[in-house]
Amino acid sequence: MSPLAVDILKMTGEHVLIVLVAVAVAILIGIPLAIWCTRHKAASRIVLRIIDAIQTIPSLALFGFLIPVPFIGGIGMRTAIVALILYSLLPIVRNTFTGIRGVDPVVRDAGIALGLTRRQLLLQVELPLAMPTIVAGVRIATVVGIGVATIAAAVGGGGLGTFIFRGVAMVDTRLILAGALPAAALALIADVLLSTVERMLVFD
Amino acid sequence: MASSIELREVRVDAPGGEPILRDVALRIPAGQSVAFIGRSGAGKTTSLRLINGLVAPTRGEVLVDDKPLRETDLIALRRRTGYIIQGSGLFPHRTVFENIATIPRLLGWDAARTREAAAEVMNRVGMPFEKFAERRPRSLSGGEQQRVGIARAMVASPSILLCDEPFGALDPIVRRELQDAFRALGSDATIVFVTHDLAEALRVAERVVLFDGGRVVVDAPSRDFVQQKSPLVRQFVASATLPAGWQ
Repeated sequence: MSPLAVDILKMTGEHVLIVLVAVAVAILIGIPLAIWCTRHKAASRIVLRIIDAIQTIPSLALFGFLIPVPFIGGIGMRTAIVALILYSLLPIVRNTFTGIRGVDPVVRDAGIALGLTRRQLLLQVELPLAMPTIVAGVRIATVVGIGVATIAAAVGGGGLGTFIFRGVAMVDTRLILAGALPAAALALIADVLLSTVERMLVFD
Repeated sequence: MASSIELREVRVDAPGGEPILRDVALRIPAGQSVAFIGRSGAGKTTSLRLINGLVAPTRGEVLVDDKPLRETDLIALRRRTGYIIQGSGLFPHRTVFENIATIPRLLGWDAARTREAAAEVMNRVGMPFEKFAERRPRSLSGGEQQRVGIARAMVASPSILLCDEPFGALDPIVRRELQDAFRALGSDATIVFVTHDLAEALRVAERVVLFDGGRVVVDAPSRDFVQQKSPLVRQFVASATLPAGWQ
């Protein structure tokens, strides 16, 4: 294998790692947060507004803002992951919230009337029925995350963006493509895989 | 064992509007079947939902077996109360069998007992176990879904059966079939059946309670109901297609 091919593989691996870790953490924070939001209507508006606002920060600026932040910021992969977590929260929280709120009230009512506890209602009725919508949120977070992660190279985050930034600086199209093509391929693969999961979870 | 039900001077306020129920007092002895009838918004569904604690009274008290609901474990009460609603409320992500097994599983029955009870109740509502157990609700007709809804409510021999317009969305023929199937179940539970159809009320219940404007306006045995002098009763009688011998 040529040295470039080895590099591409290594950076692709890094890229996947950044996105996987970020989306996983966003799921762990986002789904409980969304569940909490479905039960606290007034507070949920504020939470959702804040998460919306984060999404409007240009990604390059967000990476920049994070550099001076102690513990979570700085130069390197950690900053990239933190920024991606923040971006991934929106689709995951929004979709989980919408998915749970979208459960047929008659079905929810029946669950309560059958004597399900609140926890059983959530785990046995609301979450399973919201699951296709939640997975759609994870899919959007992942696909967008793969794109945004290329910019992480600007703060030394590693990943396929490293080639793109280097290629832009050296006006080397080949190098830009070495980053852009694998990133596009990753996004397509993630989209297809998660769309399949999504379809498998629809019960009708 | 059937349960007695009592609404004691119950009032239910609606947020920022007219009260939904005003001072409703009603006692239903264990084992009786009662139909709540009335126009939309008369308070019949709210009265039904008071009984399993889905609605809490603003004033007054709801008692089951002479015990106030405030002091009752609502989860346990609901698990021995069958609830049948319009549109069936089946869990779309679960098979027919899993739907029917909901309460047995909550009660911790073992697999064999659950299966046996489900098969038995499915046969009683005309849904053979072998044919329907593994189907999902969306693959069933409206009438079949409603039969599964009845089976789900009946599987653990409830002491109370609450029915909220269960056959409201069905065509007249299926509706009639289900009324007959429901009667044939011969449940010994205390039954409360909400409907706006007087003929249906007279078919399924031995006592009819007419609601209007959040109050009970007529409360009579089914046999005597059509004889009542209330103008609202006359309206209901006029608009109903009553079975022979009831006019």
